[in-house]
Amino acid sequence: MTDSKYFTTTKKGEIFELKAELNSDKKEKKKEAVKKVIASMTVGKDVSALFPDVVNCMQTDNLELKKLVYLYLMNYAKSQPDMAIMAVNTFVKDCEDPNPLIRALAVRTMGCIRVDKITEYLCEPLRKCLKDEDPYVRKTAAVCVAKLHDINAQLVEDQGFLDTLKDLISDSNPMVVANAVAALSEIAESHPNSNLLDLNPQSINKLLTALNECTEWGQIFILDCLANYTPRDDRESQSICERVTPRLSHANSAVVLSAVKVLMKFMEMLPKDLDYYGTLLKKLAPPLVTLLSAEPELQYVALRNINLIVQKRPEILKHEMKVFFVKYNDPIYVKLEKLDIMIRLASQANIAQVLAELKEYATEVDVDFVRKAVRAIGRCAIKVEQSAERCVSTLLDLIQTKVNYVVQEAIVVIKDIFRKYPNKYESVIATLCENLDSLDEPEARAAMIWIVGEYAERIDNADELLESFLEGFHDESTQVQLQLLTAIVKLFLKKPTETQELVQQVLSLATQDSDNPDLRDRGYIYWRLLSTDPVAAKEVVLAEKPLISEETDLIEPTLLEELICHIGTLASVYHKPPSAFVEGSRGVMHKRLPARTESGEGTECPDVGNAAGGSAPEAAPSIIPSQGDLLGDLLNLDLAPPTTTGPTPSTSGMQMGGMDLLGGGLDSLLGGDIGGSPAMGAGFGAAPAVMPASLNAPVGGGLGDLFDLGGGVGMPMGAYIPPKTVWLPAMKAKGLEISGTFARRAGVIQMELVLTNKAMSVMTDFAIQFNRNSFGLAPAGPLQVLTPLGPNQTIEVSLPLSTVGPVMKMDPLNNLQVAVKNNIDVFYFSCQYPISMLFVEDGKMERQVFLATWKDIPNDNESQFQIQDCHLNSEAASNKLQGSNIFTIAKRTVEGQDMLYMSIKLSNGIWVLAELKVQAGNPNYTISLKCRAPEVSQCVFQCYEAVLKN
Amino acid sequence: MINSLFLINPSGEIFLEKHWKSVVSRSVCDYFLEAKEKALEPEDVPPVIHTPHHYLISIYRDKLFFLSVIQTEVPPLFVIEFLHRVAEMIQDYFGECSETVVKDHMVMVYELLEEMLDNGFPLATESNVLKEMIRPPTILRSVVNTLTGTSNVGDTFPTGQLSTIPWRRAGVRYTNNEAYFDVVEEIDAILDQSGTTVFAEIQGVVEACVKLSGMPDLTLSFMNPRLLDDVSFHPCVRYKLWESERVLSFIPPDGNFTLMTYHVNAQNLVAIPVYVKQSISFFECGSDGRLDVTVGPKQTMGKTVEGVMVTVHLPKTILSINLTATQGSYTYDNGTKLLVWDIGKLNPQKLPNLRGSLSLQAGAPKPEENPSLNIDLNIQQLAISGLKVNRLDMFGEKYKPFKGVKYITKAGKFQVRT
Repeated sequence: MTDSKYFTTTKKGEIFELKAELNSDKKEKKKEAVKKVIASMTVGKDVSALFPDVVNCMQTDNLELKKLVYLYLMNYAKSQPDMAIMAVNTFVKDCEDPNPLIRALAVRTMGCIRVDKITEYLCEPLRKCLKDEDPYVRKTAAVCVAKLHDINAQLVEDQGFLDTLKDLISDSNPMVVANAVAALSEIAESHPNSNLLDLNPQSINKLLTALNECTEWGQIFILDCLANYTPRDDRESQSICERVTPRLSHANSAVVLSAVKVLMKFMEMLPKDLDYYGTLLKKLAPPLVTLLSAEPELQYVALRNINLIVQKRPEILKHEMKVFFVKYNDPIYVKLEKLDIMIRLASQANIAQVLAELKEYATEVDVDFVRKAVRAIGRCAIKVEQSAERCVSTLLDLIQTKVNYVVQEAIVVIKDIFRKYPNKYESVIATLCENLDSLDEPEARAAMIWIVGEYAERIDNADELLESFLEGFHDESTQVQLQLLTAIVKLFLKKPTETQELVQQVLSLATQDSDNPDLRDRGYIYWRLLSTDPVAAKEVVLAEKPLISEETDLIEPTLLEELICHIGTLASVYHKPPSAFVEGSRGVMHKRLPARTESGEGTECPDVGNAAGGSAPEAAPSIIPSQGDLLGDLLNLDLAPPTTTGPTPSTSGMQMGGMDLLGGGLDSLLGGDIGGSPAMGAGFGAAPAVMPASLNAPVGGGLGDLFDLGGGVGMPMGAYIPPKTVWLPAMKAKGLEISGTFARRAGVIQMELVLTNKAMSVMTDFAIQFNRNSFGLAPAGPLQVLTPLGPNQTIEVSLPLSTVGPVMKMDPLNNLQVAVKNNIDVFYFSCQYPISMLFVEDGKMERQVFLATWKDIPNDNESQFQIQDCHLNSEAASNKLQGSNIFTIAKRTVEGQDMLYMSIKLSNGIWVLAELKVQAGNPNYTISLKCRAPEVSQCVFQCYEAVLKN
Repeated sequence: MINSLFLINPSGEIFLEKHWKSVVSRSVCDYFLEAKEKALEPEDVPPVIHTPHHYLISIYRDKLFFLSVIQTEVPPLFVIEFLHRVAEMIQDYFGECSETVVKDHMVMVYELLEEMLDNGFPLATESNVLKEMIRPPTILRSVVNTLTGTSNVGDTFPTGQLSTIPWRRAGVRYTNNEAYFDVVEEIDAILDQSGTTVFAEIQGVVEACVKLSGMPDLTLSFMNPRLLDDVSFHPCVRYKLWESERVLSFIPPDGNFTLMTYHVNAQNLVAIPVYVKQSISFFECGSDGRLDVTVGPKQTMGKTVEGVMVTVHLPKTILSINLTATQGSYTYDNGTKLLVWDIGKLNPQKLPNLRGSLSLQAGAPKPEENPSLNIDLNIQQLAISGLKVNRLDMFGEKYKPFKGVKYITKAGKFQVRT
């Protein structure tokens, strides 16, 4: 018997069938029905309509049925908060059950029901459970505090749960300790500056004791927590290390990596002449190697971390080069990472082996991998000077294969080798020139042009070669254009007699016929240099170039230190500090490695210091081009080894509009005598680069606004007005029946009332008043009923409203309590207005502001809803919503799914941002709402639904 | 912590979702599916993907994607380990891990997932504990359940969750008390064209099947524990005793478990059991090539090499092949260009050979890449590192258990370059 039977009925009446079964008297049938419901839920069907029926099954002594109902509750309670309250009693009762399993289950489930109203009832049972005699209940309760904190942080603090949780760190049961640590760590993440995990030697001792006895997952939590501690001295640091080392032999790789983190951090404090320091270094290698024999996904994370460790302490893995050799069937993401580490570990001792491997990889199938392997050969040449010759010959061998992308990649790296070892390997230039025609990638073309320009005096036909590139100058990418310009100027300075024409040609191409400001600027600078002082030009253009760094992608030392403190986390996978990408960036604390204590420093032997001194000696020899002199930098803009591309295409695209106007005008103004006043040209040439960027946006925005206005004026009747409903039945108001609705007309909120006299006598003296309400709605004038209302007479009145009245939060938010008076009596009723009445006309946010705001609003404030059975396309939906002042700001299409981004401004200044997903052919939309006041989301969603469906 | 889990089949269909915190819309998987489209092979999908609001961490296992969604900084290894644990749990409960099996036991899988995590924190991941709470299905039990209306969910309190040895349940009783240990070693190696070892290491694992009553305390010792300098243990192993006396002392979980994994990468200790003579060549002009492969025993310590299989990914431009094998048979799939030569037992007297011609598609250039050969093999009753179990002692219980040790050597990622 399998569960697939639960999926067999997918017809329309399914919900009704299930409903009947859920209410069946037979226990067995009930359980089967609940199972069917759960099965539908697991595959993402909406069975929330069955909420009351399923909850009715909750009071049972059958444990399985109870658990199933709990599963359902957790999933749907949020969408049906009022119904969920029905379940509270059972929970409270279960928290008193003699069976600890039931107690724990109850407190666990209750915490998962993310409904504000329920949390109030949760406090008392939770307090009891945190002090329960059974450790199983205590450990479950500890996690529940974290859940509750997620729902209502203030409540948790007010109720003193945090203190209780801190006490649990000293619990006698290791699992309770582990869970308390886990819960506190999670809570601390949202309060970066609180001292929730205030660690002292005593608590550290307790954690270390618990570490040995708790589950593998608990060990991870405890180790990660330990890593935040800063020991007082090297002795304490050593004793912690000693107690953590056994974790390196754990079967769970996450435990191993967390232990590595603790050791890497605390090691920093140990004196290097200590025997223990050496022992520890030796102990770190085997577990890291073992991680590489695990599943590929684990390997990937391990490799990203090893990449950091190798940069910080290369000595740990320097003898383990072979484990990083790439296997044929490694996934590509593992291959690329391994390659990276191989280069980092390459040294004179193992370079022969590494090169043999790299050459092997260069004949593999995967193009990305082959490219990276070729690049790696170049990096080896730059890193290990002794191997440069061998590397160059290997690259030449590869060029002989004539495989197009291999050749191109090889030429790019050979250019770097030329820069590192000038005047050493020029003999290969001839071979390179043979492949000139096959180069079609900009980077390779630029590299080749650089080589030709740099060694122009040794290449007999340099001018011919460069001239051949010049033919299609305008079709080249910017990178190539800039390079060609520089190369020809170099050529000219070296062989001025033969190439005058060529240089004229390229300068005019770059300055007159180009739209690219970077190119133009450079052209003008050269032009001016050449025309004013050729000697200076020579000094500048042919200046000695700054050295290129040995390792092009070393992580900057302070960042590396921070990342070492984050080993095993997402930060370590991305090699970015957590503050750079953690959602909401709640002011993540920067972690630092602890400083080594004084005692070690004095006796440190120099050779150890050099090998393990960390970042300082490594950083010293690397002279990054940007630190070189300004001119060198300028001229070699596109030559810096870490492939600095010229201007990004996006900038040039943006400039197009303004550019033609200004640039064209200037060009014609300057006319023929550009040569005479290049300084002016250069000065003007530079301007458009900045201006259009700042000009364009407001202009575009203004135009957009104009169009929007047009749209608004064109269909003023588009605003959604709900149908009139009866607010006050005649029965309750001595014969006065009031029905009505709300509308927003030309920016004014109107309450449209229909008064009907169903009594026998005439009604007069009407007046209206509102109770205080959430948005301060108040009548802007008196109720205009001028004539007395006779029996069976009906009158329609429209009452303008203002939003400046007194404010009081109502429940539901859009509730309005109204009092109407006439000559007979005063009557009270309440009605709900669609919140769209409050959407103001200037609710269109700037794109940029929208983006920033969206990011800025914490994720907790996001709520998601489904709109069902809506058959509009995104265009129509957007138009319709616009009518109700819901403005579409941007639209994006991802795989047939349209994402509309919209903004709404409420009359009280609250902004609501929305993302509406519309899929062609799917009548169900998903909408996500983000707002600083998340309470309004529900109402806004209702509006959406109402507007879209009418 | 872990927010949600999605199970996705190779064609990109989400067939199970489970949320431990608030519900995350399944549209978040689109980012993953996008990455999947880009990857050439399903194995190549990057395991960590960054989306605007979430992180997606996935594993590919048994032809299924296990995709977890996280929102805060969580150690990715923690998540990946957990996902593997989920796959193992499904395998353990239902005998295999596949879409059909999960769909057949949807509700039970859902219940299990609920027990495994609480608010994203691992709750019960030990198979022993889980099985006490939710009994795995058996044919007999499902028949009984339908007749009597009882369920698979245990009403008893899972004692394992409370004790300091969460991996073992209390009150285990067997009529036959037995403990078996399999020492399985896999050779990972890369050999170059000339047959020299570029890289070789042994991944060893000691798998145990322990069915002993009560609370037995076992001690396993080796003849040559010095071999083992890089080990990782099941949590039950007492690390202190290993450090001081080099013996494995532990109270075992009930049933099957992995006691220890180890790693030998000292080059001189890794024997390569077979040699491969091969040549795959293409003529400079014309559209032909030749393939000639011979496999022979090398360092086999006097044992027979069995189950030998050679797999070659031939270049994409191959049109057809025409080969003869002196032993075993070969299959060739022209779609995937995969050549599999199943040799079987290796006979030192008569070496198996596969040779013949390869023809390329008309006009195709000489292939650029060199196909490499993957070798499969196994050797019974031999741990190639030389590791030997000395003895197994039991304390704490009075009965005499039946004990057994088995050795086997296999090829892991064993690759010969051409």
